[in-house]
Amino acid sequence: MKMLDLSAACSTAIALVIGLDPQMLDIVRLSLLVSGSAVLLAALIGLPLGAMLALAEFPGRGVLVVTINACMGLPPVVVGLAVYLLLSRAGPMGRFGLLFTPSAMVVAQTVLVLPIVAALSRQVVADLWEEYGEQLRSLGAPRPVVMATLLWDGRFSLLTAVLAGFGRACAEVGAVMIVGGNISGVTRTMTTAIALETSKGDLPLALGLGIILIGLVTVVNAAVFLVGQAARRRMG
Amino acid sequence: MLKRLMILAALLLPSTVWAEERFITVASTTSTDQSGLFGHLLPLFQRDSGISVRVVAVGTGQAIKLGERGDADALLVHDRAGEDKFVAEGFGLDRRDVMYNDFVLIGPSGDPAVVKGLASVGEAFKRIAAAKAAFASRGDDSGTHRGELRMWKAAGVDVKAAGAGWYRELGSGMGPTLNTAAGMNAYVLADRGTWASFKNRQSLAIVVEGDKTLFNPYGSILVNPARHSGIKAADAQAWHHWLTGPKGQAAIAGFKIDGEQLFFPDAR
Amino acid sequence: MKPEIDSILPLELDGIGFGIEGRTLLGGIGLRLESGSRTIVLGPNGAGKSLLLRICHGLLRPTEGTLRWGGAGQPLAEQVIRRRQAMVFQRPVLLRRSALANIRYVLGLIGLARARHRAVAMEALDRFGLAELADRPARVLSGGEQQRLALARAWVVEPDVLFLDEPTSALDPAATLAVEMAIHEFHAAGAKIVMTTHDLGQARRLADEVVFLSRGRLVEVSPAARFFKAPASPQGRAFLAGELVC
Repeated sequence: MKMLDLSAACSTAIALVIGLDPQMLDIVRLSLLVSGSAVLLAALIGLPLGAMLALAEFPGRGVLVVTINACMGLPPVVVGLAVYLLLSRAGPMGRFGLLFTPSAMVVAQTVLVLPIVAALSRQVVADLWEEYGEQLRSLGAPRPVVMATLLWDGRFSLLTAVLAGFGRACAEVGAVMIVGGNISGVTRTMTTAIALETSKGDLPLALGLGIILIGLVTVVNAAVFLVGQAARRRMG
Repeated sequence: MLKRLMILAALLLPSTVWAEERFITVASTTSTDQSGLFGHLLPLFQRDSGISVRVVAVGTGQAIKLGERGDADALLVHDRAGEDKFVAEGFGLDRRDVMYNDFVLIGPSGDPAVVKGLASVGEAFKRIAAAKAAFASRGDDSGTHRGELRMWKAAGVDVKAAGAGWYRELGSGMGPTLNTAAGMNAYVLADRGTWASFKNRQSLAIVVEGDKTLFNPYGSILVNPARHSGIKAADAQAWHHWLTGPKGQAAIAGFKIDGEQLFFPDAR
Repeated sequence: MKPEIDSILPLELDGIGFGIEGRTLLGGIGLRLESGSRTIVLGPNGAGKSLLLRICHGLLRPTEGTLRWGGAGQPLAEQVIRRRQAMVFQRPVLLRRSALANIRYVLGLIGLARARHRAVAMEALDRFGLAELADRPARVLSGGEQQRLALARAWVVEPDVLFLDEPTSALDPAATLAVEMAIHEFHAAGAKIVMTTHDLGQARRLADEVVFLSRGRLVEVSPAARFFKAPASPQGRAFLAGELVC
């Protein structure tokens, strides 16, 4: 990449941000909405799942843990393809008409993010259990209470797990491209827009969008970091 | 965190269009979408019909696959053989000519195979093969790729036998292929529309154009509603008729980039 | 809160042993812990004191022998046994919430009506001098305050027996004194105390009875006065004399 392109990208990014281009705002909003919803869903399922895997003992648990850990590296394209086949009109869930909608993108990203949230929260809860185990057993806390307690007391570390999921969701293009279709104004996100501008050869615009995406993710992370930092300092 | 995300979702949800709007899904090619043609046509069609069109732009091969699975209501593609097969197998109905544009052979300014200005693309392909000059192929089963393979065959060059040397199958869309060709100073066959709107040309330029074999016709096909439930047959037909009717044809002729007309309507 | 029976004590240990991977860490322990008195478990490092406490409290399952609560009568329900004992650890594990919420957490576990949580919890905090700190996050309290909070948390359980595993070994003298006073409170309220300590002065101040362990074996059980004056076992004598007993 030449210096000229980089500076062109930066000035494009700045122009887009300053201009508050309505089309770009829609794209940003859709990206945040899709990835945010996916992370929310993945957290609702993944946090209890991770806690359960950390605490429960049942046959096949080891296999399940390894599988979920491995799924952290699921290729987005493969997930996109699987979800596409599921939601296609020729597929088992075709009649809901979800393909090429934001809902389809949320489904695909949830599948991508879930293993990350589950695997990392399993680790967090397992570590906490090391520390809390004797005390909670001494108090006679039943299993569901233990799970809830550890999830709550691990909330600052779990926030990082959720953020990792958010980062993955925001950054991926393979899955949303396939199940969303990159339809202008409907399913175009930051990443599919970047892919599109790249293929049009408009590299400064693509890179400019990339800079905005990185900026957005950084802002979200910084906000969560600051809130977490303050809370952590307060709660010890 | 959960609470924050929920608030975020709640804030964003109402403003996003998840309401039922009247739309059809058209699977088409990157060449039509990226040239900006759809950006020009769709608002006009929506004004006339009240139907919005959601375009999923992929390669022709993939677009036809989407049609076979019922994931689009209509197709606008450019591979006559594939289109006819699609209709013959009962997946599609009422294939109509819509327009054509043409392919252009793009090459690096150094022109190592010395093809610049040739009238025949067949001759140019022979020289490229003889010189073993780098050639970037889409390699993605798109309409352009299928057209390119037909041209190699007509030129009597067996690119399958070329190995991984000068003939490089990229498996990418038109834009990425042009990006790569620009990066490795390769020859590349492109549709004129994508080329016209492509910005990262570096040293690439048109070397051969105007040959009759570079003719690139597009067809519109309705997806057979009998094959899958949920196909929006009536609205798709409205689009199909508009596109091949006087209004659509005039709109196609009116689309220009830098004053140059890229697509030529040819519906009967 | 207190149901039918007066106490889950006595606790009888018969031939209790504990081993990991073929190594015996505790063996042949026969012991009867009566209600009311304060039993101090003494012994050199590695004698198995903490292990014995954990087995008694039910945190570890012995690999040998039997453990029986409630004497000769009807065996007690697991639930009853668990709810009527408490343990305070060397390093208190407090939840990441306020001191008050830490107490209320336990009240929720023992099923006290929500409406009474605040009053009961505040009474417990006040009893151990923590009323001012009720709304402070438990994790930012000083070591001594944290240990007192752990004691207040045990207090609301109204245990028949309180186990303490070296509760003052990480504390300064003032905090140690506060903990000892808290132990007096529990004892005065009728709770059995079973405690390990390294601090012989503390053992003298608190003990009614001494259980002396050495190398995983129960060596001597004596009334405190007798033990500190003239231990029956040579290991006990050596321990008091400050000699290394292995």
